[in-house]
Amino acid sequence: MGILKTFALGGIHPAENKLSASIPIEIVPIPQQAIVPLGQNLGAPSRPVVQRGDKVKVGQLIAEASGFISTNIHSPVSGSVLKIDGAIDSTGFKRPCIIINVEGDEWDEQIDRSDDLVKEINFSAEEIIDKIKQAGLVGMGGATFPTYVKLMPPPGKKAEYLIINGVECEPYLTSDHRLMLEKGQEVIVGTKILMKALKVEKAFIGIENNKPDAINHLTELTKSDKSILVIPLKVQYPQGGEKQLIKAALNREVPSGKLPIEVGCVVQNVGTAFAAYEAVQKNKPLIERVVTVTGKSVKKPSNLLARIGTPIRELIDAAEGLPENTGKIIGGGPMMGKAVTSLDVPVVKGSSGILIMKEDESSRKTESACIRCSKCTTVCPMGLEPYLLSKAAKLGKYDIAETEMIMDCIECGSCQYTCPASIPLLDYLRLGKGKVGNIIRNRNKK
Amino acid sequence: MFTISGSPHIHGDESTKKIMYGVVYAMIPAMLVSIYFFGLGAVRVLLIASISCLFFEWVIQKYLIKGPVTIFDGSALVTGMLLAFNVPTNLPSWMIIIGALVAIGMAKMSFGGLGKNIFNPALVARVFLLISFPVQMTSWPKPRAITEGIADVITGPTPLSVVKEGLDAGKTMSELQESLPTYMDYLIGQMGGSMGEISAIALILGGLYMIWKKIITWEIPVSILITVFVFSGVLWFIDPQYNADPAFHLLTGGLMLGAIYMATDMVSSPMTRGGQLLYGFGIGLLTILIRIWGAYPEGVSFAILLMNAAVPLINSGFKPRRFGAKPGIELGS
Ligand code: SF4
Ligand code: SF4
Repeated sequence: MGILKTFALGGIHPAENKLSASIPIEIVPIPQQAIVPLGQNLGAPSRPVVQRGDKVKVGQLIAEASGFISTNIHSPVSGSVLKIDGAIDSTGFKRPCIIINVEGDEWDEQIDRSDDLVKEINFSAEEIIDKIKQAGLVGMGGATFPTYVKLMPPPGKKAEYLIINGVECEPYLTSDHRLMLEKGQEVIVGTKILMKALKVEKAFIGIENNKPDAINHLTELTKSDKSILVIPLKVQYPQGGEKQLIKAALNREVPSGKLPIEVGCVVQNVGTAFAAYEAVQKNKPLIERVVTVTGKSVKKPSNLLARIGTPIRELIDAAEGLPENTGKIIGGGPMMGKAVTSLDVPVVKGSSGILIMKEDESSRKTESACIRCSKCTTVCPMGLEPYLLSKAAKLGKYDIAETEMIMDCIECGSCQYTCPASIPLLDYLRLGKGKVGNIIRNRNKK
Repeated sequence: MFTISGSPHIHGDESTKKIMYGVVYAMIPAMLVSIYFFGLGAVRVLLIASISCLFFEWVIQKYLIKGPVTIFDGSALVTGMLLAFNVPTNLPSWMIIIGALVAIGMAKMSFGGLGKNIFNPALVARVFLLISFPVQMTSWPKPRAITEGIADVITGPTPLSVVKEGLDAGKTMSELQESLPTYMDYLIGQMGGSMGEISAIALILGGLYMIWKKIITWEIPVSILITVFVFSGVLWFIDPQYNADPAFHLLTGGLMLGAIYMATDMVSSPMTRGGQLLYGFGIGLLTILIRIWGAYPEGVSFAILLMNAAVPLINSGFKPRRFGAKPGIELGS
């Protein structure tokens, strides 16, 4: 394969630990009660359109978009709405959720539930975008940005390339990997749908070299199709970051503070491509997704197809239960995931994995003095100086943090992973980003 | 209850301790050569310097700062060993102890401890001793293989001072040649000098180990050595009778020790590649300036300390290449 492509600056290679890579996707039983948070996307939370006591079917709209950057939410189960009330979600806070008591499994009649592959795309770009908007698609890699917004470049900007993100650079996670292997054809049709929506002639699918079976499978499926090219990438974290992936695939750099469309690219996750296939070809809104349940002490690391709203407890049970020495549960991967507070937290559109860490893996090492080794700077994929930024944030010197480009930080955690003094750099960076973001917003208001 | 903390949830296996002990391991070859040539004197200097550095750090952390005691992080040991490497093996013990106090107390702890010092602590101590005790700090025992038995220590000049004094007295390089060791001697370390500076081969070996272990980057040592080579080479080319050749400058005195172990100290060197290259260039240039036109035969220590002082400035001038910045506009790595 020659020299594999990767991004230019920084990067780390943590132990991959893809324990569930060879485990086929299994379906988790429908829960007795679904907890569907109203805030599942980046942007404004959705507005409920059902009331307590209403009967709902699978796929029925239960909450609608409440602004430009917002999405529809559909019922993942059939039954009756118990209440709309606060419940703890993956943020650790009580936030409004629609709670549905499950009765049977009755689907909306519009949805094609068969497994037949529908290749022919009989819709115009506008129709595709509308269907994707109606179906409530968001970026499924974890960023949860509403998909349809990304499919509509702002005036004056034109997309040249679609890049499908099959990198899955987070250690442990394998849901995208399994999806590419088991639903490869659907992912390819989904890619074509997204291409049509964007009116682009060419798409790239970036996959890291630790998934040779997925690379081969998708390459085989696109052999006769010159418009889609699978690009094997050298394993390096955080290659799944949009900016890093574009750099790796096309050697283009998105300027500071700008979106990928600035360099003519739109990046979508493989999970999103699959969801686009289902939404457009099968009329199926986003009501379920593949979630990896994994961890060194997990008895049966799994890839599970779960309805949105299923409490993670049920997924962990499907992986043969919570190990006794569990110290921490993470929603997402070990680098960017969030620690969750309870087993009742539901699966949402952005849930890519549940990582269970043992007690001895859960606590941080004791912080010591910065030895100015510059390792954090060397690994930062954005070319920042984390030691400097974290210090500025800690001391409240937000002007310095801003001029030193703290807002460019993608919160990948590479710096903190590497720091020999075990300084919680990203904690300070997040704090600083929040403050500087507020300062910039207030300034722009004036 | 589960642990709640921000991402990332995993950590690499780097630690300060690992890095510091990596430096210690890298010093072993040079240490063995010194013991071979200087015998028990080398062992004495090493032990006294290391133990006193650890002791002073412990006393200061425990009784003055009353904070956590971190003497086992390896940094005080590295300073102690480097101090030993930088003094003659016949230096009186009490002077070594004063050196350790200067290194730890003055150059490290008074700045706020590990990571906060501007200057390399061992070098500050070396220069302090050189200025306070010029006679003892410049009388070097002649190397004498340990296998030749224990005898009274004979002292003699270093090749650098032979050349400096000879040229100042109006002699030419060819006249001086016979009172100098051969290049082979320089490489293996058969010459007068401070304890750890004599063997270029052993020092380079340790340097390669540190580069391999990512403890140091190649930029600093390589830019220093190239600058010294080119600058002294030009002078030598112009007038070989009154200038030592570039290989001589590279292999004698404290250059290898300074370039590989002292200038590369993470705490007191620049953060980006571009900054490190400039820093190395400055050290190389100053070293030759001092060696040839200064009052001292050796200039590496002064050169490094001067460039240490410039590091904050270099850091603010050399930023890493930011992602998304137009290539070519930003300097640095
Ligand atoms: S978290 Fe931010 S500062 Fe740290 S390496 Fe990633 S982008 Fe750089
Ligand atoms: S990696 Fe840690 S110790 Fe090294 S410079 Fe960065 S913050 Fe300091």
